[in-house]
Amino acid sequence: MLLIYCPYCEEERNELEFRNGGDAHIARPTNIADITDEEFEEYFFIRQNPKGLIYERWRHVHGCGKFFNAARDTVSDRFYLSYKAGEPKPDPATFLNNGNESALNKDKGASK
Amino acid sequence: MSGANRISGWGRLTPAKTARFTFDGKSYTALEGDTVASALLANGVHLLGRSFKYHRPRGILTAGPEEPNALLDVSRDAARRQPNVRATVQEVFDGMVTSSQNRWPSLALDIGAVNDLMSPFFAAGFYYKTFMWPKKAWEKVYEPFIRKAAGLGEAPKEEDPDHYAGRYAHTDVLVVGAGVAGLSAALAAAKSGAKVMLVDEQPEVGGALHYDTGVKINGKDGFTWAQETAAELKAMDNVTVLSRTTAFGYYNHNMIALCERVTDHKAKPGKNEPRERLWQVRAKRVILATGQIERHMVFENNDRPGVMLASAGRTFLNHFGVAVGQKVGIYTAHDSAYEAAFDLKRAGISVPAIVDSREKPGEAVLAQARAMGIEVLTGHAVLTVGGKLRVNSMTVGRHAGSATRKIAIDALLVSAGWTPSVHLFSQSRGKLRWDAETQRFLPGTYAQDSLSVGACNGTDDLQATIEEALAAGELMAKAAGAEGNGKIEITGEAPFSWTGGMIGAAEGAGPDTTVKAFIDFQHDVCAKDIRLAVREGMQSIEHIKRFTTNGMASDQGKLSNMHGLAIAAEMLGKDIPQVGLTTFRQPYTPVTFGTIINHSRGDLFDPARKTPIHPWAVAKGAEFEDVGNWKRAWYYAKPGEDMHAAVARECKTVRDVAGIFDASTLGKIEVVGPDAAKFLNLMYTNAWDTLKPGKCRYGIMTREDGFIYDDGVVGRMAEDRFHVTTTTGGAPRVLQHMEDYLQTEFPDLKVWLTSTTEQWAVIAVQGPKAREIIAPLVEGIDISNEAFPHMSVAEGKICGVPTRLFRMSFTGELGFEINVPADYGQAVWEAVWARAEPMGACPYGTETMHVLRAEKGYIIVGQDTDGTVTPDDASLNWAVSKKKPDFVGIRGLKRPDLVAPGRKQLVGLLTKDPNGVLEEGAQVVADPNEPKPMTMLGHVTSSYWSSNCGRSIAMALIADGKNRNGKTLYVPMADRTIAVEVVTDMVFFDKEGGRLNV
Amino acid sequence: MSDLMQATRRGVLDGMHGGSAVARLTPAAPASRISLRAPAASVEALSGALAVALPVKPKTSASANGRHALWIGPDEWLIIDESGADLVAEAGKSGALHSAADVSHRNTAVIVSGPKADVAINAGCPQDLSLAIFPVGACSRTLVGKAEVVLYRTAADTFRVEVWRSFAAYVFGLIAEGAEDAAL
Repeated sequence: MLLIYCPYCEEERNELEFRNGGDAHIARPTNIADITDEEFEEYFFIRQNPKGLIYERWRHVHGCGKFFNAARDTVSDRFYLSYKAGEPKPDPATFLNNGNESALNKDKGASK
Repeated sequence: MSGANRISGWGRLTPAKTARFTFDGKSYTALEGDTVASALLANGVHLLGRSFKYHRPRGILTAGPEEPNALLDVSRDAARRQPNVRATVQEVFDGMVTSSQNRWPSLALDIGAVNDLMSPFFAAGFYYKTFMWPKKAWEKVYEPFIRKAAGLGEAPKEEDPDHYAGRYAHTDVLVVGAGVAGLSAALAAAKSGAKVMLVDEQPEVGGALHYDTGVKINGKDGFTWAQETAAELKAMDNVTVLSRTTAFGYYNHNMIALCERVTDHKAKPGKNEPRERLWQVRAKRVILATGQIERHMVFENNDRPGVMLASAGRTFLNHFGVAVGQKVGIYTAHDSAYEAAFDLKRAGISVPAIVDSREKPGEAVLAQARAMGIEVLTGHAVLTVGGKLRVNSMTVGRHAGSATRKIAIDALLVSAGWTPSVHLFSQSRGKLRWDAETQRFLPGTYAQDSLSVGACNGTDDLQATIEEALAAGELMAKAAGAEGNGKIEITGEAPFSWTGGMIGAAEGAGPDTTVKAFIDFQHDVCAKDIRLAVREGMQSIEHIKRFTTNGMASDQGKLSNMHGLAIAAEMLGKDIPQVGLTTFRQPYTPVTFGTIINHSRGDLFDPARKTPIHPWAVAKGAEFEDVGNWKRAWYYAKPGEDMHAAVARECKTVRDVAGIFDASTLGKIEVVGPDAAKFLNLMYTNAWDTLKPGKCRYGIMTREDGFIYDDGVVGRMAEDRFHVTTTTGGAPRVLQHMEDYLQTEFPDLKVWLTSTTEQWAVIAVQGPKAREIIAPLVEGIDISNEAFPHMSVAEGKICGVPTRLFRMSFTGELGFEINVPADYGQAVWEAVWARAEPMGACPYGTETMHVLRAEKGYIIVGQDTDGTVTPDDASLNWAVSKKKPDFVGIRGLKRPDLVAPGRKQLVGLLTKDPNGVLEEGAQVVADPNEPKPMTMLGHVTSSYWSSNCGRSIAMALIADGKNRNGKTLYVPMADRTIAVEVVTDMVFFDKEGGRLNV
Repeated sequence: MSDLMQATRRGVLDGMHGGSAVARLTPAAPASRISLRAPAASVEALSGALAVALPVKPKTSASANGRHALWIGPDEWLIIDESGADLVAEAGKSGALHSAADVSHRNTAVIVSGPKADVAINAGCPQDLSLAIFPVGACSRTLVGKAEVVLYRTAADTFRVEVWRSFAAYVFGLIAEGAEDAAL
């Protein structure tokens, strides 16, 4: 059962309060009525389903009700960070391998 | 006397406190605190069951939760019976009834044991090979046979009369396991000021101290220290200690699931006590102190009753005061078993020999054995044991020698060494590492905020374990935010430090043999079965596991996995880590369904949503149907009426007089703000800026892909306020869909959405007399046809309370929908009914509502549409604005497939025989004589008997339906084929719509 | 039309009671409520019009004269008035941009009170209800079992559980079972 940080409630909450909303940073074309079939296919149907880092949308549906985005590792289910809807996509260099392994984890690797 | 094998003055139970129980109909006396296993052993009973496949006699192998063998059926009373209970875990209570499983006609004489003789035919992979063909025999012969023969125990058929509880809990530090390591860690964390939970699966804390009586901690007997430490912890405000509580699952982000067994050990459970309690604990930090599990030796007939783990023998002796035999042999590859011999000898029990497969045992234990006069045979193997229902001898030989010696025994304690319990660590997705020196898997890379301490971390020395645990307790408490000083000192002394251990088959059960040397007792998997799997081409341990079923029984291979792995590695010529390890999965030990669902039974299984008018409908004898979680009045049968008659009457009455209908479950969303109309323009296919306040309009919502998502009537209450209605089932997802677009695509719009579904009770009054019924109750609204025409809305009062009154209709009749604040719903309904009843009107339910709307060709989203239907397919193109520059779905509707000819379209169907009613879901074809598989044109979506039309009516999604007007199609059923005529106009009643506007 | 009947109110939890010595459950009295939505720029004006300072910190509330403003989200508050005032009208007087929807009858409330009120609610609620994490005055929308609720801690041993009408019996039943278990 995941623990998800809501950037609006400023607190980690149980997964039960949230609903996943699929990939983040896929903007609806402002001229959607005029785009080609290929552009519509790309926008509406095509997703990467990555193994590893994903930017995804969550809604704190049984909490503050807000949509926000999160960067998560699809293998470990580790959340790197959550940020408010509308904020730019964070550069992975700013959070990968940076505080990723907590000091505690390093200690543990060294023990035994 | 609680059994002839109870040794006076030995063990920790109180002789005066006894309990009576039965096993296979025979009555026995136990002591309070006994497990079924210890009580039966005290009474000299070693034979407890028959094995799964070969029906071999089986006894007690362990003294703990890892037990694969001694599984019993345990009952408290007629309704409370549980199969497959581990005798080594179940505590005896007065009056309990136990029986053996998997035997017929009796435990000692079991016909199924013929399987043991036929075992060449039941080799590993036997199921996969033997039952392949003929195909037909599978259903009639093989499956019934396997089902009858397979499985241990018999599931109870009665409903579980017990209740279960569950709760969420949060803690700073959760410590799993209350042996020396867990107690030390918990104490350090607690003294640091952290909120601590300490859980242990046994009735009392102590772990290995239950049997390891040589250990002294802080100068005291170890077990005594453990109890005192637990008492100290329990007395602290920041500590919770739970015994009889198994941490069975380690899930994401430090969520640990615990099962607390509350009453299974009690003769008379308290009235409100749950049988078990599920704890879902979120811990900031977790300390795993889960200890280790002893492995058995793998040799011929090692499954005979009387053969058991050395640590189990010590537990029965030192804790329960029970001698497992009078002449007890030892067969070991590890020093720890020597201490069993010492304990037995001190208790006055004969130990004929210690057989050690090693040439060089630890010097200290060897010297002690010699000093106590116990014969030690180093470099020897137990080649086999004699005795069927109980071991009576062991045949011993020197490695690579030919001479053998038969030694009389009545029990044999075995140890191949210890396997660290890394189950929870592994469930947490931590990566194990192979420690080549000590030949064991140990915690390697952690995936979550946890630490392993003590034996489960490969720490063998007692003082090192204590120090590691104290440091972990302090570190984890600090990491969780505690700031106190957790520095404490504990000193431990153990009489011996242990060496040794082996994995895999022992001498005499090697690759050149075909003896039955068991590794998985519960699934009857022998060493030779693993080898066969490799010879048959299995290379991955995952394949070997499934081919042999090794480790797949309810004990999940706690004893067998490492042996299986080592034998496979030897056959494959690889190192153990190269062969890999199967995944440890939750739960650690079996968990009852009752615990998993806990409170979610009966009325609490799922919320049953009821409208404010529900009590009235119940009193009137309505039948109800489930729509989502709602209970909706389905029809109101009068005495003597069946559903068909009731619905036919209701349908006629509504059109002839009037009917009242509870529409409270319709979803409602209040859309408020200066950009409200602009937002609805984007969410619906219709245009909303043209709708004037005081008017309402039917709207269709499509998804981005162009398919119909929902529909409903929207009323404009003011320039900046709309009252949106949705389908009953669609309310939550429509709000989610709207919020999604509002928050993430159109965040600049000044508009907000509020669910008001439950704010309003909705009373639909439909029929020619509708106005006459409500007129005297309404204040402040002129409801004449001129002032308040079809599709109007106004605010005023009814029965003295505020109302939003809609003039609208889902029946094609003059109609009103009265919205009143929910708590007034029943009173207003009763006032309306008081007016309606004398006029001959009736209440009607959802079935009549469905028929009446079908008579008018109104669709129901989700019944006549299925997520692949466009507005045009449903002949609702009139509701799609051609002028708007944008709405959700505008681009999807232009997709080539959505504008292609021949799509499935919604049309009416009239059966040639007007009395025949089609089945909803029935397929429709053009040529009834076409050989199978026939070409399906589509299916019937709605079908009813219409008393108003005097015939059956139906709607269907039919390929190219709009071009088939007047054509005859066919509906093939199992017993007949029904001819139907397509009518593209779906309005079956009052085609001109004159009845709406009166 | 003055001779017309006056419709009477019937609450969904009327007459219900339950729980145990450590957590008692009682239905709350009827109250008026609005779901208030507004941008940050309107907060001051709305606070003035409603005579209660709308909290802007997550999970906090403000109370004045029997009126409670609960932070639900960054632009959402649940306003509860125990005297039955017309909150939609009062908010309207602010003149500031907002949405006020009357939810007086959508919601009902259960008062859970006693030394183990938190344990009783934790039978179905996954949040940490310890006083350090969920202090007096804290409020949050969350779940009890399968039903959405708004929890509002009015005292160390008392919670107000706001729940939609048709989920009220379910939530009452679940917390009542939790209350019985908490007493063991």
